[in-house]
Amino acid sequence: MPEPRAINQDSVRQVLFDTIEEINETLPDDRKLKKQSETRLFGRDSSLDSLGLVNLIVAFEQRLADEFGLALTLADEKALSRKSSPFRSVDSFTNYVLELVEQSGSG
Amino acid sequence: MADPRVLVITGTRKGIGRHLTEYYCGIGDAVVGCSREASDWRHPSYVHHRLDVTAEADVKKLFLDVSRRFGRLDVLINNAGVASMNHCLLTPLATARKLVDTNFLGTFLFCREAAKLMQRKSFGRIVNFATVATKLNLEGEAIYAATKAAVESLTRILARELAPCGITVNAVAPTPVQTDLIRTVPQEKIEALIARQAIRRFGEFRDIVNVVDFFVRPESDFVTGQVIYLGGIA
Repeated sequence: MPEPRAINQDSVRQVLFDTIEEINETLPDDRKLKKQSETRLFGRDSSLDSLGLVNLIVAFEQRLADEFGLALTLADEKALSRKSSPFRSVDSFTNYVLELVEQSGSG
Repeated sequence: MADPRVLVITGTRKGIGRHLTEYYCGIGDAVVGCSREASDWRHPSYVHHRLDVTAEADVKKLFLDVSRRFGRLDVLINNAGVASMNHCLLTPLATARKLVDTNFLGTFLFCREAAKLMQRKSFGRIVNFATVATKLNLEGEAIYAATKAAVESLTRILARELAPCGITVNAVAPTPVQTDLIRTVPQEKIEALIARQAIRRFGEFRDIVNVVDFFVRPESDFVTGQVIYLGGIA
């Protein structure tokens, strides 16, 4: 089994980009997500519907498990109770994962 | 030869869970099981995890292990459960909470994590465990029957939510089977219960495996959200 990759902002964001690529395969051309830090994932400015966001979160969680051996629950209580959702953009989601990693002591 | 099916079964140390594990390993499937205590059963196709089904981090580790070993999951059998027979006026809150945690929240947690893995291949079969006690409104089993009623609701709603992922969710509701679960229930209570069945005998392991086999076979892809009561309870 290959050595797990280092967990940092770049590597986590790259895994999110890979996840976006996977989800884009299921989206029509005019709703595909851009692989950019500021891309909106949640809310009115996002091209994802609610089920699309669920699929993205689950696929991202699975990829984080595969790439880094992380057993995180991304949709935890903290995430769902924050005034500003950590899932709103690529950047905020990446930072939220790093926050969870730090708390779990896996980093 | 086709790859073996991959199953996760909870509560595999004894009783029905142990029987199911031996049965599925025996017909060539790979089984990952769990219980709070270590298992004394060894088989080349069996992996045991020692955990509490309500411990989220440990449950996630089990599924991470399944993902790494097999890259997929075909079947989840949510067998783990605890019972407590008591008059409601004499039921401690701690006992009630333990039943809710294990029977309902444990089932939910395993469904959630299993479905994440199953949806990768757009295929999955989840079988939960309900009970005839819910349908019969059995006195002395208020909390147990209520937690299993919650499992029935969970089964029906997850069936709808997970249908687009190719995952079916069903439940089997056994009559009393001679296991540790009913060890402390007085004989006359059991006899009275069996007298209410259309077919008046103890349930056996083969009765349960027959229903589970039906739910998990590939041809059952149009069967979801169903609860099958054994013994002719309707």
